[in-house]
Amino acid sequence: MSATAVHNLWTMAAADPIDKIDAPNIEYGQLAPTLIVIGAAVIGVLVEAFVPRKSRYYAQLFVSVVALTAAFAAVVALASSGYGTTKARIAAMGAIAVDGPALFLQGTILLAGLVAIFTFAERRLDPVAHGNRIDSFVAQAGAVPGSEGEQAATKAGFTTTEVFPLALFAIGGMLVFPSANDLLTLFIALEVFSLPLYLLCALARRKRLMSQEAAVKYFLLGAFASAFTLFGIALIYGYAGSVTYGTVAKVVDGTLTTVDPALAGTMGNDALLLIGSAMIVMGLLFKVGAVPFHMWTPDVYQGAPTPVTGFMAAATKVAAFGALLRLLYVVLPGLRWDWRPVMFGVAVITMLGGAIVAITQTDIKRLLAYSSIAHAGFILAGVIATTEDGVSSVLFYLGAYSFVTIGAFAVVTLVRDAGGEATHLSKWAGLGRRSPLVAAVFAVFLLAFAGIPLTSGFSGKFAVFKAAAEGGAGSLVVVGVISSAIAAFFYIRVIVLMFFSEPKADGPTVAVPSPLTMTAIGVGVAVTLVLGVAPQYFLDLAGQAGVFVR
Amino acid sequence: MENLIALLVAAPLLGAAVLLCGGRRLDRVGHWLGTLLSAASFVIGLALFTDMLGKGAEERSLHQHLFSWIPVEGFKADVAFQLDQLSMTFVLLISGVGTLIHLYSIGYMEHDERRRRFFGYLNLFLAAMLLLVLADNYLLLYVGWEGVGLASYLLIGFWQHKPSAATAAKKAFLVNRVGDMGLSIAIMLMFTTFGTFAFGPVLEATGETSEGKLTAIGLMLLLAACGKSAQVPLQSWLGDAMEGPTPVSALIHAATMVTAGVYLIVRSGAIFNGAPDAQLAVTVVGAVTLLFGAIVGCAKDDIKKALAGSTMSQIGYMILAAGLGPIGYVFAIMHLVTHGFFKAGLFLGAGSVMHGMNDEVDMRKYGGLRKYMPVTFVTFGLGYLAIIGFPGLSGFFSKDKIIEAAFAKGGTEGWILGSVALLGAAITAYYMTRVMLLTFFGEKRWQPDAQGELPHPHESPKSMTIPMILLAVGSVFAGGFFSIGDRFMHWLEPVTHHDHGDSPLSAATVTGATMVVLVIGVSLAWVQYGRRPVPVVAPRGSLLTRAARRDLLQDDFNHVVLVRGGEHLTRSLVYVDHTLVDGVVNGTAASVGGLSGRLRKLQNGYARSYAVSMFGGAAVLIVATLLMRAV
Repeated sequence: MSATAVHNLWTMAAADPIDKIDAPNIEYGQLAPTLIVIGAAVIGVLVEAFVPRKSRYYAQLFVSVVALTAAFAAVVALASSGYGTTKARIAAMGAIAVDGPALFLQGTILLAGLVAIFTFAERRLDPVAHGNRIDSFVAQAGAVPGSEGEQAATKAGFTTTEVFPLALFAIGGMLVFPSANDLLTLFIALEVFSLPLYLLCALARRKRLMSQEAAVKYFLLGAFASAFTLFGIALIYGYAGSVTYGTVAKVVDGTLTTVDPALAGTMGNDALLLIGSAMIVMGLLFKVGAVPFHMWTPDVYQGAPTPVTGFMAAATKVAAFGALLRLLYVVLPGLRWDWRPVMFGVAVITMLGGAIVAITQTDIKRLLAYSSIAHAGFILAGVIATTEDGVSSVLFYLGAYSFVTIGAFAVVTLVRDAGGEATHLSKWAGLGRRSPLVAAVFAVFLLAFAGIPLTSGFSGKFAVFKAAAEGGAGSLVVVGVISSAIAAFFYIRVIVLMFFSEPKADGPTVAVPSPLTMTAIGVGVAVTLVLGVAPQYFLDLAGQAGVFVR
Repeated sequence: MENLIALLVAAPLLGAAVLLCGGRRLDRVGHWLGTLLSAASFVIGLALFTDMLGKGAEERSLHQHLFSWIPVEGFKADVAFQLDQLSMTFVLLISGVGTLIHLYSIGYMEHDERRRRFFGYLNLFLAAMLLLVLADNYLLLYVGWEGVGLASYLLIGFWQHKPSAATAAKKAFLVNRVGDMGLSIAIMLMFTTFGTFAFGPVLEATGETSEGKLTAIGLMLLLAACGKSAQVPLQSWLGDAMEGPTPVSALIHAATMVTAGVYLIVRSGAIFNGAPDAQLAVTVVGAVTLLFGAIVGCAKDDIKKALAGSTMSQIGYMILAAGLGPIGYVFAIMHLVTHGFFKAGLFLGAGSVMHGMNDEVDMRKYGGLRKYMPVTFVTFGLGYLAIIGFPGLSGFFSKDKIIEAAFAKGGTEGWILGSVALLGAAITAYYMTRVMLLTFFGEKRWQPDAQGELPHPHESPKSMTIPMILLAVGSVFAGGFFSIGDRFMHWLEPVTHHDHGDSPLSAATVTGATMVVLVIGVSLAWVQYGRRPVPVVAPRGSLLTRAARRDLLQDDFNHVVLVRGGEHLTRSLVYVDHTLVDGVVNGTAASVGGLSGRLRKLQNGYARSYAVSMFGGAAVLIVATLLMRAV
């Protein structure tokens, strides 16, 4: 090619610029919380690559804590400058909503994430091995369980500090999930936070086979659910010719009839809409652990390292319920009379199913898993209200629930015997006699789960049931109260077991944790009591945050 | 200033939290921390008091609204405080006497290895009691009411290794439950009648409410007061409550908690003013109890139980006065305050004597202690003179006024109540002189203890004597200080209002009569216990004495009527329960459990069957959504 030709190519390109692609207009300030967390996760990866092994733990902990705190500060700054209420808007070319529910849930996820990171970083529960402090995570994830390689890695004092950036990636995805304003962003966020969670589940230091089994199950079933979601998205696109929430909503309620001429054949076909939305909702119900998409929960909660379980149980639920709310309230309000009865049924079997099966559980982590299923049912009751109060009650419930959950799982990490955590319920007999403080704290969490007044559980349950009753779902409240009564049985049974049984001779010991876990538990207790005794301020806060931007 | 009110409660509450959760690390400083926080509460109280004095009588009532606990349409459970003259009086009494008793306990509980916990409980009690008197609505008052019940239970049973203490604690708790039930019913009635719990609106609305409703609420409040203040018929727990450490008896079961019933009635004055029948019931309960307690006090040989009988009787006086309506409210509270001083002092004195006598409580084994324990003797003596109403001391002013007010009620009622009050004064003089003579005068009747050692009585340490001296000062001067120029009456009048009534007898006549019965009571006791040597083993005594020793058969009565009756009732209920209710309940539980077991099998651990369940679920979800549209 001659020089002229090259020159022409250049100048022609310059003379005739491609005007189809605009530079995207990104509001960095309004997306700051997510950007900070994702950025820190990338820094965490670099830390793994360049920082010497000895100082990685401290560097990672530092990066994570700073990032989560800064992101939370950004959320608070956005909320206080009115983005939660008057200035609520859709940012990033229609991909991300910045509004009250998004900011409230992001704040909750960040605080829950911060507390969970503290439990990730706990290194005092196990005795020092080979001169190294060890945490809940495997020395080297790649080593085959029980192999010589594993022993060598343990002896060398390796630790999987990758858990910090993995957690940050997951948190980053969770921040996007409830604020996603188009279906593709929703799907990408779903994958961004799910993949690190699958990995984290496989990293338990003890009972590694169980942990790996849990991770594989979670991964397989998660991929299965994602496939449904993705297929549903495709169907919705066929129906509406768009994946943006606002546009789909307009097509659903009939204000918009043609979007993309190429799709004229399928647009407005209600079968696509109904099947598509049911499939997307199914994917989200899988994440919140609603019956009958719950079966992964007990196995994964039991197998995953307990700090990860706590994190997952709290933060995933918050993110997934946020996305579910936005989907049902922003995209599908026009379809309310179709999805309400179906969700009603899901809520009923979730509440009853979780509570009933929990009764016969003998492992504390599985018990808490079923309890989380029952709670998903209670939250669904608030979702069904389809009122502004319904939204804010769900927001409040999620905030209250996540701290109790992380606190409860943190207590589970403390009760140990020679094989690591002693999770079989029989081992907890008489714990109240040996370690009254730990047992009392756990009792507080159980009472909060059961929804006893003066704990956050009562305020939250009260708020969602009230919203559901006012939203015309009175019979759902009756079922909710019945399942609460069933659930109270197994929560109280653990309390009775701890305080009124004779301790066994070979019972577990209670480890004295570092200030990290103590903070996590302390925050849990404080939030539980404050939200139980004086919930009004936070109810008001959630009340102000109850409006979605459209 | 009103922002300080919450601190009054917060300081001891913080103390309780720190001491009870703090663990052994705090063993060495815990008692000082507890005392300090109690004192802090007192100092804040004083600051608020000075501030209050600087204001006009009508502006003295302060409010602090902390937060509302889940307001639902019409139902408002506010955590809000009200500090007026009535609450202020209680705040100073509770935190002041409370602090002195904390100080005393440092010495008294020195050798107890659970001393930190003891101070935690004391702090918990103070916080609950202050909450009770500072609440601005009945619901929050109820929280405090239950809180003091809990603290009282924990402290009576503090030496839980003694079966008698554990039983006494349980008894107090159970009997109080009956009263608490009354209070909760009263609050529910209030809510259905007035639609609110707050003092202000409830008490203002009494004018437009039917007498029947007010009577019902009033009687339920009276039941509550009977439980907490150990009035007939719920009096039986107080004597046994003396199983608790002596400072507890002084603070909770003499000076403060047991007077909560009086506070409740005076606070609810507007309700009782509109319900004369309920008021009559209050005076009857007061009159009966004041004789009941006094008679029991005459027969007891256990020094603390004798004082407990006396407490019951003195609270009877207060309840009687509170039942008289606006004629008596002020005097009920005034006697409550002076009684707080001298009865706390007497109990601390008794504790000091026990301390020196190897924990012996039988007065027949005391005697001649005045030489060995001079400070105790003098302070106890001043408390004694105050309680019998010796001219010029506290009890003289406050009790005399109640007797006058009883006569001023007018009519036959006034004559009966007045005479009962006078008779009570005579018996008070008799039993208190008996206690005094048996303990400090006469021959030494000391007996060797279980280890065969004779006691070596000695004066108690300073931390114990200083509170006794301070309380003695209060016992001597408080009554006079309150009465000169009717100070106390003017102070409380804006809250309780006051009515002089029209007494058929002049004040001088009543005072004269009181003096006569006082002399009779003291001389009788001297004839019986001062002039003659006292047998170490109690003589068989008359029928009345024997009955009085058994607390006028209160427990036998309760056993025959309530326990036996209750057993029959429960047996028949149990029958119904077993056959009918349990059938349903167990059936439900069993079927839920069975269902749980069956559902559990679905969770078989295979990812493939989980996926099938998800697939099925998704199919059902889709079909259901489509069906909804089709229907």
